[in-house]
Formats: sequence, structure tokens, C-alpha cells
Amino acid sequence: MPVADTLVDTDASVTDASRTTHVDPQTASAAGFVPQQSRAERAASFDIGAFPLPSGREEEWRFTPVKKLAALLAEGATGHLDWTTSLPEGVTTSTISAGEARDLGILPPQDRAAVLAAASAGGAVLVDVPAEAELTEPVRIRLDGSGSDPVHAHVVVRAGRFSKAVVVVEHAGSARVSELLSVVTGDGSDVTVVSVQRWADDAQHLAQHDALVGRDARFTHVSVTLGGAVVRVNANVRYAGPGADATLLGVYFADAGQHLEHRSFVDHNAPHCKSRVTYKGVLQGETARTVWVGDVLIRAEAEGTDTYELNRNLVLTDGARADSVPNLEIETGEIEGAGHASATGRFDDLQLFYLQARGIPEDEAKRLVVRGFFVDVIREIPLADLRDEITAAIEEELATTDYAAPIQQTPSQHASKEN
Amino acid sequence: MSTQHTLEIKGLTVSVETEDGPKEILRGVDLTVKSGETHAIMGPNGSGKSTLAYSVAGHPKYTVTGGTVTLDGEDVLAMSVDERARAGLFLAMQYPVEVPGVTVSNFLRTAKTAVDGEAPKLRTWVKDVKTAMGNLKMDPAFAERSVNEGFSGGEKKRHEILQMELLQPKIAILDETDSGLDVDALKIVSEGVNRAKDASGLGVLLITHYTRILRYIKPDFVHVFVDGKIVEEGGPELADRLEEEGYDRYATVPAVQA
Ligand SMILES: Nc1ncnc2c1ncn2[C@@H]1O[C@H](COP(=O)(O)OP(=O)(O)OP(=O)(O)O)[C@@H](O)[C@H]1O
Ligand SMILES: [Mg+2]
Repeated sequence: MPVADTLVDTDASVTDASRTTHVDPQTASAAGFVPQQSRAERAASFDIGAFPLPSGREEEWRFTPVKKLAALLAEGATGHLDWTTSLPEGVTTSTISAGEARDLGILPPQDRAAVLAAASAGGAVLVDVPAEAELTEPVRIRLDGSGSDPVHAHVVVRAGRFSKAVVVVEHAGSARVSELLSVVTGDGSDVTVVSVQRWADDAQHLAQHDALVGRDARFTHVSVTLGGAVVRVNANVRYAGPGADATLLGVYFADAGQHLEHRSFVDHNAPHCKSRVTYKGVLQGETARTVWVGDVLIRAEAEGTDTYELNRNLVLTDGARADSVPNLEIETGEIEGAGHASATGRFDDLQLFYLQARGIPEDEAKRLVVRGFFVDVIREIPLADLRDEITAAIEEELATTDYAAPIQQTPSQHASKEN
Repeated sequence: MSTQHTLEIKGLTVSVETEDGPKEILRGVDLTVKSGETHAIMGPNGSGKSTLAYSVAGHPKYTVTGGTVTLDGEDVLAMSVDERARAGLFLAMQYPVEVPGVTVSNFLRTAKTAVDGEAPKLRTWVKDVKTAMGNLKMDPAFAERSVNEGFSGGEKKRHEILQMELLQPKIAILDETDSGLDVDALKIVSEGVNRAKDASGLGVLLITHYTRILRYIKPDFVHVFVDGKIVEEGGPELADRLEEEGYDRYATVPAVQA
């Protein structure tokens, strides 16, 4: 385990239904937050009125720098993104109305950014993968920004039954974007969505990526977040039937001045479904900031659920801060398994010493360790080209790290709690 | 035998940072190891044997407060950890470190490339690794596992010797490579060390608690290490005496001198 010596559980909470309804109001107000409620009670709606402007005290916004996001959280959007799409044979795109998008069974927005994207994007772009199509090439959508006017975007991916598809959405340039990506997958399908955030330093990106996963289907979502000033990607899963398998993955690399937030919510609402959530992040630089909040709700009807979520953060320099909050709510005892792990640790100087003691120069040793840290997530990305691209992009991030001063820390004092 | 190399340690004093300020651990170590020679260092727990090994390798935890370390006249203490390794020093660690996500084969190739200054020829390299693993009775599957992750104590030690054989250092320090090994593994590991001695005239500094390994790796010199310094030196017969008498007779003598 990469940070085995420095395992620190951060703010982990495991709740069951009976306890979540009995939050002590005193404790809650002392913490300065709106009392924690069951994730099942969180607003989910296509109605803008259901989501007032956040103050930053709400559970779903408490880590996010909402003040910086005023333009993006206001109604009305005037900016635009340049779209470049590459579609394998058989895949089509079209524009549909907001109402048509809803009729496809997409999940409702769960915060203000998402509801604005749904309501005021002027309809949605539908990417249609026909039933039984087995794509050998990925669907690629590239969104380029070149301004600071807010943009609302809604993309819907519909994958027919028994189809097999990889959809890659890349984000680059300068922009302020609220994005809703809604995936609806058919029975027995196998769909992977990879969202790559390589924004310019000033970009803001609030995203909700949802999937309604078909019966016996497999769904994988991968967030790769490297660029942007404030980026928040929330990945949500619900099941349309039993026997489905969802994997939510994330890799992120935060430099000074970046706020990179990932939230995931797996709503186990059907029996015999499986979910795996794995997010890994590296932080470098004084003000680098990351947040991971992983919600899993196992409803009473979700017997035979098998779920595990994990978040690991590797802190390369002083002053960076990683928050890591797994929330597991269990409403039935009839489950296969449910677990979570969360750890934030300093770079392991012993590993570095060991590699250097074999002649490997310090910068290369660091690259090896970071690459090794991410490898189990990167490995899950289905395309070799894409894996290489992402690995190269991460190493580019690492190359910009200033390692001028050799680490003089003793091996025994590298544990740190980042809250 | 190939070129002669000399590791020379003179008057080495080393301290570690503790909560109550620096604590001196090495109190003036003098030791010279030449190619082809095998020196055994024996001493009680906590006497500073690992400190000596780590200090020569350049571990940042240890602060050298006095003395010199040279390899063929070059100032080792002025080198970074990786420069020391590339200069030809090798430390087989008492507790090898796990490096998750980095495969043994990638690690070995990266290290070999760094030490040689160029990538090894692929075909001969693959064969060399296979042969070396075979000699050490390591399952080829280890090549694709993460470095030391989930290895048993004995497997970790074999992996250290594997690296030593492949990287072909000038002088190797083996820090309790024998501890935690059963007799079979001890023989296998000892054979690896002897192979390296025969092949390249490796000079060996063997740190150990027990004389057991000295049956398989014959020392030319035995040094008794107590309280941060060498208190007695002799030939192989000294090891036998230590086996019988232990370190008690040193406990009260020169240690408090300073
Ligand atoms: N950070 C530290 N603070 C205080 N004492 C330390 C620290 N690090 C090492 N020491 C002490 O230095 C001394 C030498 O340790 P070292 O590991 O070199 O001994 P050793 O001879 O290798 O022992 P062993 O036979 O158990 O391997 C020990 O007494 C140890 O407790
Ligand atoms: Mg020791």
C-alpha cells in the first residue's frame, strides 16, 4: 500500500438509516453546517426553484469556494464552447429538447449548477449508440473554451442494449462551465465514460455526470482532473435493474491555486448490484486543494449489494490540503459486502531512499513512485492510447514540481493528517 | 580478479536527530574494505551497525558530524544517495522497502540503466535477469509483482541479492541479510554473494548477529562493534569466540571511555 505507514482516516462516517434521522442539532450547529441528512433526502429535481443560490454552508457545497463561482451559479449563460467530435461508425449525434432529454429517463440534477445546465443549455446534444453496436474506436468529444462568459452544456449519451462503447470527453482552454452529462445504458451493455479535465489555469468547471445503468450492464466512469482553477466533478450512479456493475474512478493532480473536487454517489436502489469507487490524487504546492466525498446508499430493496470505495491522496509538499469523506449508509442487512477506506499521506521518503540507493536519480524516483501510486486506477482505463496519454499528462504535471530542496525529513515523521 | 577498489571509512562520527536534540550513535569508526575482501561486523542490538550502513549509503536521517568516507579516493559523503550507488556502492537493507505499483522488472531495468549510464541490451538483459532469478530460486512471477510488496522476509532478502548481482557494485554492505532466513534460503543467498565475489571481485561488508552465515561466506576479517565503534578486530576465529562468549566482556570496557 502506497501510504501504508501513514494511513490516516479522515472524517470518515458510517451511518445507518436509524442514526441519520437523529442528528444532534447541537453538534450540527457547532460544526457550522446544515445538519447531515440521509443522501436519499437530498434534492434532485429539474426545477431551478429547488436549488437556491448556495451559501457554502450546505452539505453539498461546504468544501467548494462558492463565492468565486457566482457567475456560474447565476441564471443566464452567454458564453460558448467549441465542440469537436469524432464518431465511430454507427454512432450519431443530434440535438434534443430539455423535455426530450428528460423523457429518456436521465437522472435529475442534484445541485444548482446541474439544474442550470439542464434548464438553460437550450436542449441537449444526444450521442446515440445503437443496440448491439460494439465500438472498436472511442466516441471522442472535445470541448474547448476561450473566454470567461458562463456556459451551460448538457450532453446525453444513450447506449442501447448489449452495446459496448467508450466515450471520451475532453475539456481544455479557458472557460466557466456548468455541465450535465447524462448517460442511460441499456440492459447488458458495457459503457465507459472518461472525462478529462485539462483546462487552463483560470477555468471553472462544475459538472454532474450521471448514469442510469441497465440491468446486468457494466458502467465505468473515469475522471481525470489535471487543469483548471476550480473543478468539481460529481459522478452519480443509479441502477435500472438488478445484476449491474458500476465502477467510478478518478485521478487528480492539484498544483498551487487549484481546487479540484470529486464527489460520487452510488445509489444502490436495486438488488445484486456491485459498485467500486476508487479515487486517487496527488497534491503539490502551497495552496493545492482537493476534496473527495464518496456517498454510497444501500437502500432496503438493494439486497445482495457489494460495494467498496477508496480514496488515497499523496501530498508532495507542505501547505497542500486534501479532504476525504466517505459516507456509507446501509438500510439492509442482506448485503454481500460494504466497505470504505480513506488515507492521506506524505510522500514516502523511505521509498525514495530505496530507489535512489539503487542509483535512480531523485526526479526519476519520484516519477516512479507517483506512477506506481496511480497505476491501479490507470490500468482500468480501457484504451492503451488513452492510458499513455493520461500517464504522460500526469508526468508533465510532475515535471513542473519544484524539487529544488532535497527532502530532509526523517522517515519516521512523514505521517500527516490533512484536516 | 578485476580492478582493485577501496572503501575507506575514517573516524566516522554520526548522530541522529531526537526530541532531546542530536544523539551520537557512531563514535569514530575506522574501517577499510577492498575488492575481494569480506569483512564481518558483529555486535549487539542497537550498537549502531545499521547506522554505519545507512550513513555510508547516504540516508538523510543520519547526520555525519565528523570523519571521512572515500571510495577509490573520491569523497562519498559529498555525493547524493543515487550518486553513491552509481559510484559502485550497494546496500542490501535489513528492512527492504515496499514500492507499490512499481514492478520488479521495471525497477531492475531502471536501476541498471541508471548505474550503467545506458539502457542494457534488451535480449541479454532479459536473459541475465532470468538466470539470476533462477540461481536465487525466485519464481519468474516476481518480475511482474510490485517491488517488495507482500514479499516474505526471505523473499525480500533474495530480492536484495538479486539486485546486487545484476547491478554489479564494487563494494556491497549487507545489513543482516541472513536474519529471518531458514537454512536453505541462507545457502541460496550465500551462494549469490559468493558468485558476485567470484565474478567481479566484490568487496563485502557483512553485518550480522550470528556466525551461521559465516559458514557459507568466509570472512577475511571480523570486527566487533559495540556502542558505536569497533572494539576488537581479528580473523575468522574471533567469530567463533563471539559465538561462545557473546558480547558481555565488551559491555563494560571501552564503551564508556569517552
Ligand atoms: N531517531 C532516533 N532517536 C533515538 N535513537 C535512535 C534513533 N534512530 C536510531 N536510534 C538509536 O541508534 C542506535 C543504533 O541503531 P542501529 O539501528 O544502527 O543499531 P543496530 O546495531 O543495527 O541494531 P540491530 O542489531 O537491532 O539491527 C539504537 O540504540 C537506536 O535506538
Ligand atoms: Mg540493524
